Order: sequence, then C-alpha cells, then structure tokens
Amino acid sequence: MKSRQRAFLLMTIPAVILFFIFHTFPLLQGILYSFTNWRGYGDWDFIGLSNYVNVFKDMRALNAYGFTFQFAIVSTVLVNIFSLLIALGLNANIKFQKTLRAVYFLPNILSILIVGFIFQFIFTIFLPQFSDALGIQALATNILGSPDHAWVGVVIMAVWQATAFNTILYLAGLQTVPEDVYEAAAIDGASPWKRFWKITFPLIAPFFTINMVLALKTFLMVFDHIIALTGGGPGYATESISVLIYRGGFEGGQFGYQSANAVIYFIVIVVLSIIQLRFLQNREVQQ
Amino acid sequence: MRKKKNWLVTSLLIIGTLLIFFPLYLTINIALKTPEEMAKPLLSLPDEWRFQNFLDAIEMTNFFQALSNSFIVTFSVVVLTVLTNSLVSYAIARNMHKKFYKGLFYYFVSAMFVPFPIIMLPLVRQTAIAGMDNLIGLIFLYIVFQLSFNVFIYVGYIKSIPVALEEAAVMDGASSWKIFWKVIFPLLSPMNATVAILTALYAWNDFMLPLVILTDPEDATLPLVQYIFQSEFSTNYNLAFASYLLALLPMIIVYLIAQKWIIGNVTRGAVK
Repeated sequence: MKSRQRAFLLMTIPAVILFFIFHTFPLLQGILYSFTNWRGYGDWDFIGLSNYVNVFKDMRALNAYGFTFQFAIVSTVLVNIFSLLIALGLNANIKFQKTLRAVYFLPNILSILIVGFIFQFIFTIFLPQFSDALGIQALATNILGSPDHAWVGVVIMAVWQATAFNTILYLAGLQTVPEDVYEAAAIDGASPWKRFWKITFPLIAPFFTINMVLALKTFLMVFDHIIALTGGGPGYATESISVLIYRGGFEGGQFGYQSANAVIYFIVIVVLSIIQLRFLQNREVQQ
Repeated sequence: MRKKKNWLVTSLLIIGTLLIFFPLYLTINIALKTPEEMAKPLLSLPDEWRFQNFLDAIEMTNFFQALSNSFIVTFSVVVLTVLTNSLVSYAIARNMHKKFYKGLFYYFVSAMFVPFPIIMLPLVRQTAIAGMDNLIGLIFLYIVFQLSFNVFIYVGYIKSIPVALEEAAVMDGASSWKIFWKVIFPLLSPMNATVAILTALYAWNDFMLPLVILTDPEDATLPLVQYIFQSEFSTNYNLAFASYLLALLPMIIVYLIAQKWIIGNVTRGAVK
C-alpha cells in the first residue's frame, strides 16, 4: 500500500512543482510588481496602491475596459443565439446532416489571427468596392476606420469564428434529449415554440450555462482579433484589456502599472464568472 | 417508420453555409489573382490561375521552416500532453477522498480563471532568463498550462471508471504505474482523443504565446509568421492571401480527412 501511495505522489509532485514555477510563481510576481513603479528594467520602489488608483483615472485603461465589456457581452449573446439556432437546425431531421455539421464546425479549426487578416481585407477593401459597385453609399466606408463603429467589425469576425465551437456543444446537448419526450409532447399538441421553451431548453440548460460562461471568458480575453483587425484603432477605440497590457507592459515601460491593471482584470473575470455561474445555475434548478 | 426530411431547415442551413464559405472563397480567389486584377470586381474569378503567388509567398515567409516549427510544436505538445496530463489526473482522481489530492484538483482547475496577461509579463522575463525563449520552452509551457483544463476533464472521466477493474491487478501485485499504463490508459482512449484534438487545435493556431515567448525569427510558428510579414504584405494582397491560404491549408486538409472523428470526439468531450 505504501508503494502505491508513493507512486501516486511521484505522478503528481513533478507536475505540481512545474505548474507552480511556470504559472503560480509568475502570478505572484505579477501581484508583487503591481505595487511597484517598475518599468521592466532598472530600479524600482514599492508605491503602495498608486498603480491601482491610477488605472481608474486612466482614460486609456477605462476605455479598454469599456470596449472589452461591450464587445464581450454583445459577442457572447450573438454567438449563443446563432449557435443554438444552428444546432437546432442540425439536430432536426435534415438531409446532408453530416456534411452540414462539418461545414458549420469549419471556422473553429482556423487560426483566429489569419481569419482576422482576411476579415480586415473584407472590411477595408472588399465591402467598400462591392457597395460602390452596387451604389449603396451607406456601406461604402470602411467600418474599421470609424472610431464609433470599428467594434462592430470586431464582433462580426469574432462571431463568425466562435459560433462553430458553441454549436457543437449545443448539438452535443441536444443529442442527450431523448426522442420520446418530443413524441409525447407532439401527441399532446404542443406547438414547436412551446416544445422548445418547455422541454428542450430546460433539458439543455447545463449546456447553456457552460456556453455562456466559456464564451464570455474567451471574449473578455480578446487579443488576436484586435491585432489582426484594427491594431486597437482607430486611436484606442478598439484596444482590449489584453492588448493594452501587452503594449504597455512590453513596449511602454509600464511593467508595474500594467501588472496592477492585470490584477484588476483577473478580479473582474473571477467575479463575473462566479456571478454568471450562480445566476445561470439557479435558473437551471428552478426549471 | 422514417419521418419525412425537413427540407425547409435543410435549405436554410445550406444558405447559411454561404456565410462560412464566402471568406474562404475570397481568400482562394485573391490568392490566385495578379495585383492588376485587384481593380476589377473582387468576386469574379481570376483570368488565369497565378500559382506564382504561392511560390513567392513560400520563399518570402520561409514557409517550410514555419510549417516544420508548427508541426514539431503541435505534435510534441499533443503526445506529451496526453501522456502526462492523463497520468497526473489519474493519481488525483483515485485519491480525491484525501485532502491533499482534492486540494491539488482545485489548485489546477482554479488556474483556468487566471487570464494569461497577468502572468505574461513575469513569465516572459522568467523564460528569457532560463533560456526557454525557443521552441522547446514553448512546447514545455503548453504542456504545463494545459494541465488546468485537462485535469478537470480527465478526472471527471476517470472517476466514472470502476475501481474494481484495478483491484484485480493490485491483487496480482502490479504497481500503480503498470496499472495506469496497462489498464487505465487504454480505457481513456475516447478522452485521450478529445484532449488530443483540442490541444492540437490550440497549439497549432495559438498566436499569443509564441508572440511573447519566442525571440528568434527562425522559430516562428505559422500564425506568428503571418503577423511578422504583415507590414510587407500590405502592398500586395495577392501574396498575402496566398500566404494565409498556405498557413490554413494543413489544418483544413487534416479536417477534411478526419472531420467525422474530430467532431465526434469534441462532442463526446462536451457531454462528459
């Protein structure tokens, strides 16, 4: 028995040590540096909570939070609506089911960065040329060049790419719903609308929860999309929190300051995830 | 009794695929055109297929170097992740009644909530000092970081495997290692496949970790190369799109061959 216990320890301890060195230790350092004025090189001093106070006074940082939330919430809602609709469609008694399913999952296997470059071309070159040819002036401007509307472009690209994965998760959920439940409801004369809200949706509620939480978390961390589409512009209009931390930390000599920003970002993500889980799981129980 | 096919939904879904195919059609189309043709309608087919764009892109971006980097990273990460992460999860899953292992489980899993940017700045310094700013370091970090998600899904799966299967082997005097490799690991095959696919997609397409960790341009992976050459592409969209297409192609080919298996295993992972 002793040797079994020793084997179990040997299986886990190296992993724990490595995980600590490369994940937890940098995290602790990040928290430590957030209380300093370190630029990433040279001397530094502890400056207490100044960095934290300054983040809340920094228009560029506040703007990054505003943009990131707006982008993440809108994208999460849209991705979940589209992926649920597509999953319902794919789960119906349709022709070419396997092929269609394969096509709808395709965007998920593609690199976000490269998809972003392609959409950048669509927004800046293709759409203006296309709408010019059709004579639609409203669409003839480059949406990514507008400080007010560039975020919509980022949402469109993000939704195009991310819907695929959530569709597969919903589809997996729908396949756990037994066929005879529907047959019973159909005999009772329930309308398709009612059948969805009263039977299907409650049964796949756990998948709804996980999809909402996953999508929001992924979108709050948005990075590749921004680098490929707008570089954070025009101005700082579409600069996400990740991009700001990356730029400020590596290029702007703000190691300490951006560490404080990252700690706030971390707290925001944890709090939001917990609220979301609580809220959505309560709904599951009630239904 | 076969129910009638729902043609309405089928047609709607087929129309919807146009939205998926459109950016890809545009990519292929532009990749095959000459710069002069860019003034004509972009959707029209090329006058003649210009494969020279691909040859130019291959040379300019050192495509085969990047392809081999991406391949080495993805392959090593997938194999080592499946072998190591499953082993760690096994030890945790079989000892969840003990405080220590339960603590480990929550330690790994809670790390999923840590956004990468908070560890990014110190990590980059740390890896540079340790001489890990290369492909080996990148592979190593992927395997370690994946633990948090993989422990979560492996432990759930291993708990559903009856302990009775192992007890016979224990009676025969087999060590825990032997039991894991001979009894448990083969039983994990479905989960191993799920983990392998998700890990492969992540390692192949990830841009942020290579961007911050790698310092030698020779080490650049496929997405990173597209980023590095962006500024030079800006004048020549045909070359850029040829390069994008080349970078997307390996994964698309794998997907075309194995899509049934890939989707099946991702779905299975979701239900578990």
